[in-house]
Parts: sequence; structure tokens; C-alpha cells
Amino acid sequence: MTTTKPLLGAPTARLEAREKVTGTARYATDYPTDRTAYAWPVPATVVRGEITAIDATAALADPAVLAVLSHQNAPRLRETDDPFVTVLQSPRINHRGQYVALAVATSLEAARAAAEAIRVTYRCEPHDVVLTPDHPGLYKPDEVGVGMPADREHGDFDTTYANARVRIDVVYETPALHNHPMEPHSATALWDGDELTVYDSNQDSSGVQQALARLFGLAADKVHVVNEHVGGGFGSKGSARAPVVLAAMAARTVRRPVKLALPRNQLAATIGYRAPTIQRIRVGADAEGHIHALAHELVTQTATVGEFVEFAAVPTRTMYHAPHSRTTHRVTRLDVPAPSWMRAPGECPGMFALESAMDELALACGLDPVELRLRNEPTVEPDTGLPYSSRHLVECLREGARRFGWHDRDARIATSREGRFLIGSGVAASTYPAFVMPSHAEAHAAADGGYEVRVSASDIGTGARTVLAQIAAEALGVPLDSVRVRVGSSDLPPASVAGGSSGTASWGWPVHKACTELRRRLAECGHAVPEQGITVAADIAEELDDREDFARHAFGAQFAEVQVDPVTGETRVRRLLGVFAAGRILNPRTARSQFIGGMTMGLGMALLEGSTMDREFGDYAERDLASYHVPACADVPEIDVHWIDEEDPHLNPMGSKGIGEIGIVGTAAAIANAVHHATGVRLRALPIHPDALLTRLADQLGLA
Amino acid sequence: MKEFRYERPTDADSAVALLTDAPGAAYLGGGTNLVDLMKLGVAAPDLLVDVSRLPFEEVEETDGGGLRVGAAVRNSTLAARRMVRERYPIVSEALLSGASAQLRNAATVGGNLLQRTRCLYFQDVGKPCNKRRPGSGCPAREGVHRDLAILGASEHCVATHPSDLAVALAALDAMVHLVSAAGPRSLPLTELHRLPGDEPHRDTVLRHGELITAVELPPPVPEARSAYRKARDRASYAFALASVAAVLQVRGGMVHHVRIAFGALAARPWRARTAEEALLGQPATEEAFGEAVDRELAAARPLRDNGYKVPLARRLAVSVLTDLAAPDAGGQR
Amino acid sequence: MGAMTAVTLNVNGERFSRELDNRTTLLDLLREHAHLSGVKKGCDHGQCGACTVLLDGRRVNSCLLLAVAMDGTEITTIEGLSDGTTLHPLQRAFVDHDAFQCGFCTPGQICSAVGAIAEARAGWPSAVTAHDAPPGPVELTVPEVRERMSGNLCRCGAYVNIVSAVREVAR
Repeated sequence: MTTTKPLLGAPTARLEAREKVTGTARYATDYPTDRTAYAWPVPATVVRGEITAIDATAALADPAVLAVLSHQNAPRLRETDDPFVTVLQSPRINHRGQYVALAVATSLEAARAAAEAIRVTYRCEPHDVVLTPDHPGLYKPDEVGVGMPADREHGDFDTTYANARVRIDVVYETPALHNHPMEPHSATALWDGDELTVYDSNQDSSGVQQALARLFGLAADKVHVVNEHVGGGFGSKGSARAPVVLAAMAARTVRRPVKLALPRNQLAATIGYRAPTIQRIRVGADAEGHIHALAHELVTQTATVGEFVEFAAVPTRTMYHAPHSRTTHRVTRLDVPAPSWMRAPGECPGMFALESAMDELALACGLDPVELRLRNEPTVEPDTGLPYSSRHLVECLREGARRFGWHDRDARIATSREGRFLIGSGVAASTYPAFVMPSHAEAHAAADGGYEVRVSASDIGTGARTVLAQIAAEALGVPLDSVRVRVGSSDLPPASVAGGSSGTASWGWPVHKACTELRRRLAECGHAVPEQGITVAADIAEELDDREDFARHAFGAQFAEVQVDPVTGETRVRRLLGVFAAGRILNPRTARSQFIGGMTMGLGMALLEGSTMDREFGDYAERDLASYHVPACADVPEIDVHWIDEEDPHLNPMGSKGIGEIGIVGTAAAIANAVHHATGVRLRALPIHPDALLTRLADQLGLA
Repeated sequence: MKEFRYERPTDADSAVALLTDAPGAAYLGGGTNLVDLMKLGVAAPDLLVDVSRLPFEEVEETDGGGLRVGAAVRNSTLAARRMVRERYPIVSEALLSGASAQLRNAATVGGNLLQRTRCLYFQDVGKPCNKRRPGSGCPAREGVHRDLAILGASEHCVATHPSDLAVALAALDAMVHLVSAAGPRSLPLTELHRLPGDEPHRDTVLRHGELITAVELPPPVPEARSAYRKARDRASYAFALASVAAVLQVRGGMVHHVRIAFGALAARPWRARTAEEALLGQPATEEAFGEAVDRELAAARPLRDNGYKVPLARRLAVSVLTDLAAPDAGGQR
Repeated sequence: MGAMTAVTLNVNGERFSRELDNRTTLLDLLREHAHLSGVKKGCDHGQCGACTVLLDGRRVNSCLLLAVAMDGTEITTIEGLSDGTTLHPLQRAFVDHDAFQCGFCTPGQICSAVGAIAEARAGWPSAVTAHDAPPGPVELTVPEVRERMSGNLCRCGAYVNIVSAVREVAR
């Protein structure tokens, strides 16, 4: 082999970049089909109760309308407890916005008009949709996330806290947050006999294949799920959602290909969201800022069907040395849409609370917030007692502080001004686990000297396709352009979800393994590749079973500078800087984009995003992109991202940790801490909207 | 969206005639709000009369030294006109602070003034709304109303008018020129929009079929300075939480001419006449501005979650007026 | 089918003529009838910019325009910006600056950037342009690009790179 620069760690441009900038990249509803029909779902307009009648007469009067589906006539699905895919099976209404009918027509315009013309009558029941800290329905879930205990207790928190020299006892709140990927959840479904092909916008083609096979009672190999390009998901496309099921039902009924793209204003009720949280944090420390007692108690909501707990107290089990600690999760069932994954579930809202509390503790102890964190650095993971596979939070904090100019700032509260603006800076730590999930891959050497790697990975914009090519080419010892990567189809070797920041590790590992073995086999046969080529399949089940016990997490430090307009209470971020320790960075170009993207979403969480539960009507009021504000270009400042070169032999053959989520963890706390530094106002409920800040500012600054 | 017929007449008389005889018909300008509402089922015209290509696309100086802006002029075109930027900068500022470049490229001046409230209940046909369905009720009063009105609302409706442009025009004493089957008429911009009272479904005083043909601005007040400022959640592409347009002329330290209009506080751009009267002949000081604005806002009747608009509007207005009074302190001509 | 109207327009240099449902938007005409799926439907209500195309050279949200009202106009979509071999400078810059992740908003971002650069060259101000700016082209500084590109939302958060890409071409 010729000596070339290593491919892993090279800033390779996205392989699909050209398709994306020319508009030829195909998303779920971009595939040309013949005799296409269009489906438009009808949401329930009551919160709880039962459908008593459905009148589709007016809708069906239009000859362009092919069918109106409802629980009365829709194809029966096999039973499941997944609220997202159990559609049109029963007259029962569990939340407002739940789908009650589906109009199918030969044109989009006719389908929408038909959906509007369907008359549904209901028998209503009283509803309960508002989360309160003392809600009577609160219970302790059996587990949170994937197999994590709801509660953990170490030492004697109560006594230690009561006797602590410095005590912080504060409650933070985060609102319901919506994923709002730019591509709404969409699908095109085609049946060929009893074989189903769907072009679907999801983060897991294998998982959606399994789900559809189960729902429709098909063998998995009769279901083909294509997700070649996905217009973002941020967790909300992590498993099958209603559109793909509805499209498949409709296509079976009308015997045509059916396209269904959710109207934007239906997303808030049907595809999941980050549940609101109420988080009480208590910290007991000595005068030097050493934490002795730490409690993080979470209250959140789930729906009446299914259970999802936003496991926000979990990161507190990892972050700081605290001999006496308590972390608890309590959840209540409300008549609300089902919550689900949203970028860094648990860590993201949890670290807003913990890292804000750390800021409060630093002030209470008269310590620099960076120094406070350094003083509470653990040697092993506090909750499990396991050694960290690697942990470089300290380095991230120090490097970030140096680059940001942290120690040059005037640490006094509400003293810096520039023109009419109040200026402040804040810091927060980030963390996210380094997960790996079982996956398969194949590597193929063709007789013509080319290579193909096959894995049913999902590139939702992370750059997975590109980094997998880099991993494969490096393992094979061949140039990048001789490797073709095939992802985005359930027909490929089954692989895990693009979620939990686990994609590169979970898919890259079997790709690496298959390519390493293929390289060995090629060397063995003297590179004499037979006509049919050589294919090597690999999976990593054994390797995962054999892994040693370590606490595996990525860490980071984020710094923010804000300006607050004292006249209006408007806060704008002037600078964001993040330093991360996330194992080996395999592609600095796409990695940087991911970190920046996470921090940008974190900025939105801090200042803009949040939905209001409409108590009377039981839905989230802000259901479009004019009222639910995601950051616009003008909101986002220069974002400076760096990383520590981290060698960690306990991860995977590439030495990588996931990077898709850690960027959003800590951003909101860094910004909220900066707002406090600028103004002296501590807002413990997000988002920091002008109205929230304005009244408090007036008190703080003695302004009229 | 219901089916509709589409007509594109070539002159205003034909457009007016088409609409006058069709009670379910509507004019289509840039469509940036109407098509949006049709998709939501909020608007369901059976005939669209496209007036976007009528010959109302001129921006021209009037004989009296004012400016006449055709109703079909696109928002971005108006904002970019040198004459507008130099002589009526707050018109340009207000336009550019609203929506996005794409929307401004399509939206017309007439359509901007006639856009409808962004109240979330108004836009959701699954919920009651007196503006959309008279007599169905106003859930906003007890529900989600952070963005809604504190001035001039009624028990039937607390909607706000979303236009930025209209706020600037209100402060400039603009006139609106109309034509209908009964002939042309004109009225002050401040009289175009209605407060809800017990007829919240009527946003304006326009009769069915009446068409805005132009907006006319009087000559700029000599030596007066003006500014438009808007507070919002997002740094761009967001409706106002509150906004203010102000024109101020100070002579010998005293207020000689003043116009103040608020946006996002009421169902129409809110001319602060009480404050203006209080200020006339008074010293141009922060204290005087504050007192005058307080008098205006004494009429505010905030709901549970929009009380912040009172201090916000006050501080915006006082800050803008104070800047305008200080010749070199960042205020504008 | 109810009210239909014959519409003729020019799309990417080619005549497109069709009898269309009056309710059809320009966006749906492009995607479902002209099969130009590069233009994207993100919100369908003028709130995201993913459907941005150039209408007689100006950037607009195609989701809020009725196709029937577009008779006689010239439309340019992402597919019309390059011949497929040589990229438009903005397409090139978006690749070079990694100015996207999922790519869904990208066609709209690029069409919007084409419009933004033309507007600045024509001397059109934005909300951040100095009030006393001299006549003539507006320099596309970082704040100018941020403000002018704010009609195109990107949930992946690629704004930092989008601004770099647009600035490079605007120079």
C-alpha cells in the first residue's frame, strides 16, 4: 500500500454534498411514482373521549377523493403499545390532535379539502393536561430511559445537606420543546402484492421495517424501508411515526402509491416532543465549594398511552463528586400528546438545571464557576463507582476559559455595559454518554477493484455516509473514492437507530470489522478477486458482550457572552465557544458542524423555544414556525468549536465517542448564567423571553 | 381549502365590479396572508379577484410634496426606494423589521394593511373565535394571550394587528385612498382599522368590494426626527411584542410636534394621542416623555400574561423619544 | 375537479403549460406537476423559507403563491441554477463551507442567497443597514448576511457556515 494521509481525522467533504446543493437528493416524498394519491390526516378536536360518528359524505362527494379512512374502515393493525403507530384502530381519543381520519385523493388539493369536509362527532370527557409540581398522579416509573433506575441514593443526603455550610435549594423549569425538523414527517408507500416499499423520513430504517412488518403482519423481508436522505429528526424520527403507517394503510386501500407529508401544524401533537420538566436541585457544600450533598429531583409528564420519562436527573449521577446524593424521577400521566426523544433527552434539560445550580453555588461560595467545577471533579463515576474510560472535563474547562478569555472578564454582576446593552458571560459543562448498539455490516470487494460497504445506517445530516467511507477506506487501506457506501435502506444489513449519538460507533465498528477481515482475505488470496467478488459480513454482538465495565461519556465546556437590552429585555448571544472531549474526532469538518448545530439548538432552548399548554383545549398552542421560534440566522453569533485530542482505548476500534447531542447539553445553562452575570437576574424557567426578563430587570436595576 | 374561481381584471373598475356582486369574493394581493389563511380554512372565498397586477405600482411625489404609494407596490420595493429612505425613513425601517425578504418581495402595501391577526385561536378553526366565527366566544382571554392586546380590546376579542408598516404610517398621518362601486374616497390610516367592540369580525371600516388603491404620506415635518423600534423574541422574522413609531420636532428644548404610534398593543396601530397632547409645548425630557406615555397607557387593561406590554411599551417609547430629543445620540432624522 | 385554469409560465428556461386546479400553489406545481422536487415544503405557510424560488429574479416563498396567479412569470428553482456539471458559485460555496447537514433547507437557502446578493447589489437596505448608507451596492457584512438570510430556517443549525458561504460569494 502507498503511504497516504490517514483518512480518519481528515476533513472529508460530505459525499452527498453535490446532491444536496443541486436539489437532486431525494427525501421521502421526492420519489416519482405513477398514479400517485395524496393523503391528508384529520386530527381530533377534543382532548379525551370517544368518536361517536364520522360523516364523510361531503368529502366523498368529490370524485377526486378515493377514500376516507377511520377506525371504522381502516385496515386492522396488529396490536402494539406504541402510541405513535396505533392509528385509526379505535374510537378512543387520548389527546387533542390524535388522528381520527385520513382523506385520500388524486390531488393534494382535493385531499386537503376532503380532510376539512369530514365531520367527526365526539363524546367528551373531562381532561387534565397541566403539569404541576405536586400533581396527584405523580408516580415513580419502573425505569427511565433504557433500563436506568428511576431513583438513586448514596450516603445520607438529608443529614449532610441539613448540616452543610452552603446550601442551594432551587427549582428550574423547562417547557415543552418541539423537535421541528425542517422536513416534516413524511412517507411514500407502495404495495406490490403483499410486499410493501416505503420511502420514509426516519432515523432507523431497520427499526421502521420491523415495526411495519409487525403492524401489518408481514415477514420483515417483505417490507422495504428507504431513507436515503432525511431532513432532520433530532430524535422525533427515531422510530416509526404515524405518516408511514397511514400512508401504507392508504396505499393498500386505494391500490395506488400514496404520499403523505404531515402539515407542519400537526407535528406538535403527533410525533413526540421534549416533555416539560420541573427540577428541584439541592446542593450542600463547604465554604470552599466542595459538594457534600447533591439532590436532583425531577417531575415531568407522560401521556395516558405509552410511557416516556424525560430522564433529566441522570447526568447528575455522572458529573460531580458528591458522597451524599439523591436523584429521582416522578412522572404523571396527562391527557397530552405522547412525549418522546428530543436531542439529548435527559441530559439536555437536566444539565440546564445542574449547571445553573453550579453557577449559583459558585456565587454563594465566592468562587469562579470554572474553579468550582474543577474542585468537584470525581475520580470515578459517582453513581456506579466505575472508572471513566476517559474524562477530560477539566481540560475542556481550562482550554475553553483560555480561548474565551474567561479570566479577563469583570466577574462582578451587572457591571459591564456597551452602549445601552448589559454584557455578561457564563459557563457550563456538557456531558453525553458514549453508546454503542448492536449492528451489522458487509464489505464487498468487486472484481474491478472497487469496494462497497453496506449497512442500514441512516444519514440524517450527521455525515454518517462520509465517515463510514472514511472508516472503511482506512480499514481497507484503499483510497476513499474506491469505496462506495450504501446506507439508507432496510434491505442492507440491519443496523441501529441514528440516535443516542451512537451511529458512528455502532455502524462504524462492524464496518471496520468487515473491512479489516476483507483486507485480510484479500491479502490471503493475493488480491485475486473472483468474478462475483468477495463479501464479508460482520456484527459486533460478541464484542459488545465482552466489553469491560467503564463509565463511557463525552464531556465538554461551553462559554457564552450575551447582551441584554435593558429597555426591552431582549437578550442576544454575542459569542458561543465550546470545547469538547469526545474521543477521536473522525471528520473535523462534519464534527464541527454537528457541535455548532447542537449549540445553535441550545441557544434556541435558552432564549426562544417553548410551547404553552392550552389548558382549555389540551394542545400546545404554538404549532407553527411563526409562533414556535427556532433560531433564525440573525440569532446565531459566531460559534467557536474546539476539541481535546482524546485517546480512549475502551470505546471501539475508531476510538470515537458520539458528538450529535453533546453540543446542545449545557448551552442553555451557559447562556442563562451569562444573563445572570449581565443583569443580576436569575431566571430559572426557560426560555428567557423579553417579558420574563423585563419585569425582573426593572426590579434589579431600579428602572422604571 | 375550498374551491374558488379566479379572475385577473386589468383595471380597478372591473375588479370592484367583480367583487361587489359576489359576497363570497375576496381580493388577492401578494397572497402572503390570504393564501396562508385559506390553507388553514380560516378564509374560504369562492372567488379570488387578483389585484396584484393592477396599475397601482407607482411610488410618486405628490404636488403638495408628499408621497403617493400605489397599493400594489411590493413591501421590499417601497422599503428600498431612495425617496422613502431619505424622507420617510420609518416607513422603510418598519417594513424591513417585519417578515422576511421573501415575504416582503411578495406582499403588497395594500395587503400589508389588511393582513389579519396572528392570534392563535383565530388561526385554528378547531377552536372558537369571535373574529372568525362571530358569537363562538374568545378563549384567548383565559387562554394563551401573551402576544395579544392591552389597549382597546373588548370582552369579545383581544386580537392585535400584526403590521409594522401600519404603525409607521399611523405616526406619519398617512391617508388611505379607496375605490368602490360608489366611487373613490379617502380616510386617515388611523381610521382604517376598527377596535373589536362587539363586532370583532370586522377588522376595518372597508365595505365589501372596497379596494385600497394607494397610501398617501403628507410632506415630512421639517426638522422633525423619527424612529421605529420593535421588540421581539427572535432577532429577525418575528412579529412584535410591542413596537413604537415616533416623530419628534423639538424647538428650544420644547416639544413642537410629536407623533407616537404603538404596534402590537391593540387591534389597530395605536396612535397615542393622549401622550401627544400631553407633550405638546412641554420640555423634551425623559421625565416628560415618561409621564405622557404613562397617561396613554393608563387605559391599558392587560390580561394574565400580557401585562409586560405596559412597561415594555413605555420603555420603548421613552427610550425612542429620548434618543430623538438628543440631537446626536443615535436618534434618526 | 372543480375550478381549473390554464397556466403558462417559464420554469428554469423552459415553457411549462398546464390546466391546473386553482388551489394549486406554485410550490405544488413545481413539485407535483413539474417534478422539480429540489424545492422543498417545510411548513407550507411562509414560515421557514424551504420553498424559496426566484420569481422574475426575486426570491419568494413558493408555498404562498397560487400557481394560477403566476401566469406569464419566470421561475428559477435550485435545479435551474446550474447545468448539473458546473455548480453555481453559491452551490460550490455551500459545499466548501459545509453549510448544511440534513440538506432539506439547502435548496431554499441557496435560492434565497442568490436573491439576497442581487438585492444587496441593487442597493436594497435591510433592517441592519445604516440609515445614512450611501446609494449603491450594500456590502454584505456578517450582520447583513445574518439579517438577510433570516427568512430561511435551518434546524440543523448550519447558520454559521451558511453565513461564511454567502459572504464568500458576495465578495
